Amino acid sequence: MAMLNFEKKYRVRGGTLLGGDLFDFWVGPFYVGFFGVTTFIFSLVGVAMIAYGTALDHVWNIWQINIAPPDLKYGLGLAPLKEGGIWQIVTVCALGAFGSWALREVEICRKLGIGYHVPIAFGFAILAYTTLVVFRPVLMGAWGYGFPYGILSHLDWVSNTGYQYLHFHYNPAHMLAITFFFTTCLALAMHGAVIVSAANPRQGETVRPTEYEDWFFRDVVGYSIGTLGIHRLGLFLALSAVFWSAVCILISGPFWTKGWPEWWNWWLNLPIWR
Amino acid sequence: MKTTALLLGGVATALIGTALIFTPGWNLSKVHTVQTGYRGLSVGEMYTTKSEQLLKAANALPDAIDPAEAGGKKATEVYKNVKVLTDLSAAQFDRVMLGFAAWVGGEQGCNYCHNPENLADDNLYTKKVARSMIQMTRHINKDWQAHVQTTGVTCYTCHRGQPVPKGVWYKGADPKSKGAAATNYGMGHPSSVNGTTAMNTDPFSGILDGKDAIRVQASQALPTGFGAPLQKTEKTYSLMMAFSGGLGVNCTYCHGSRAFTNWTEGSPLRVNAWHGINMVRDLNANFLAPLQADWPANRLGPTGDGPKLYCLTCHQGAPKPLLGAKMAQDWAELGGVSVK
Repeated sequence: MAMLNFEKKYRVRGGTLLGGDLFDFWVGPFYVGFFGVTTFIFSLVGVAMIAYGTALDHVWNIWQINIAPPDLKYGLGLAPLKEGGIWQIVTVCALGAFGSWALREVEICRKLGIGYHVPIAFGFAILAYTTLVVFRPVLMGAWGYGFPYGILSHLDWVSNTGYQYLHFHYNPAHMLAITFFFTTCLALAMHGAVIVSAANPRQGETVRPTEYEDWFFRDVVGYSIGTLGIHRLGLFLALSAVFWSAVCILISGPFWTKGWPEWWNWWLNLPIWR
Repeated sequence: MKTTALLLGGVATALIGTALIFTPGWNLSKVHTVQTGYRGLSVGEMYTTKSEQLLKAANALPDAIDPAEAGGKKATEVYKNVKVLTDLSAAQFDRVMLGFAAWVGGEQGCNYCHNPENLADDNLYTKKVARSMIQMTRHINKDWQAHVQTTGVTCYTCHRGQPVPKGVWYKGADPKSKGAAATNYGMGHPSSVNGTTAMNTDPFSGILDGKDAIRVQASQALPTGFGAPLQKTEKTYSLMMAFSGGLGVNCTYCHGSRAFTNWTEGSPLRVNAWHGINMVRDLNANFLAPLQADWPANRLGPTGDGPKLYCLTCHQGAPKPLLGAKMAQDWAELGGVSVK
């Protein structure tokens, strides 16, 4: 891939966290770096383990691939390879790969002299995954509480886990998470639409400056959060969605074992109408 | 503007946070799960140290009563007006009466069913009901082993020392709304029956005292007709909440939640539950409904029907009544099957 003419001056050495000059170069448009290499290795081993597990199951329908965690009886110990051990190795690889990718983002931020917002935001996604396969299983005392790696099998896990609490939509943190997910979509759609409407005019018309975007929202809802503000809001909404998702599953099991509808008894018992 | 927004946000967060954290029911003790399916499927029952203690305490067995000789004089030769327990010896008959007094009589003991002046007197309605219940107990132990297996039941399984077991139901027991909310199809009233959801408060009528079908989910991927109406669907889900509360289990105890209708993806226990549903229908129709004329007014529900049973009546919140204790094995008098 050809390099854009102004790109050269951004490709500076240094700013690495580990390894010094080792791997401090680009391949095509991609920055490699020490953590690029570790990402690659973790991904390779992880995918190979998934392929191995799939081969053992003789399942070659991509929808039905299922790398399942160990039985609960193995607790927090190591399980035999063919009875959940593969899942444990894949989990280590996934955490290694995700963590490496985040650190590679940090190195790029350092090279460019920008803030760490992107790796921090990605860190929330890693946190959510870690909550599912490490924090919650550790709190409940067995790796078997993690979700299986497979397109359909992880959906079965989600469905069954929800029904273990009778009606998961009554989980207050789940409610918050869903609300934040939907609000993120709403904010992104409104922001994308207003930018395209002003900055991408029909042929023969001029690009409208930023004020037009502000004016539009002032006319519609009486307030515009502003050009920088909308991105802060977007980041907050998206991270909140991920954060409350992690909370909603972390409290289900370790701290709440009953049906979630029962949680709302405090509401039913408010002295106003009880 | 900014201060007000911050203030409002702060107050909302504080309120939600307080509600989240200080509502009763949180568990801080160790959780352990009885895994009931393939690894990674997330099927099983969760227990905590506290919930297990409570369950054990609630299902303590009553004091055992010494066995009685089957030989000797027949009860019918010793006592007058014996109509149901005619096959027992007098000693066995006495033993059964001791059991009734302890398990069902409550504070009144024998006098709950008997006139102390004349034990043969049939004037108390409770005595007639008791006869029918003895027949029912024997019927369950003999003809419903598909559900109770050889564990069987005794009076204590349901009564637990009380004249009326916890967990009986009446038709249309739902609280009625007023004004604009009057037509609510019995919904919107969280109760222990519907699992404190907004679904039907009487999911039983027609299903457990009749033959109404329970299944509402489509069994094919694409729609072939209109399917079940929303009211019927909610009634079924509410009924399942009642099952869940009755047994103290979650949905995955019987069902694979990917397809609730699918027998092969669910637990084999669902077969046992299916027999249980049919047993409840049989018992409500053939033992409780015929007692309708005998109930006094204070035993009738809001629409005038007598008490009926469902899962909770026997299970009392445990997956197996009395946590599977085989109490009936010591009670051949009540039809208990002895496996020794």
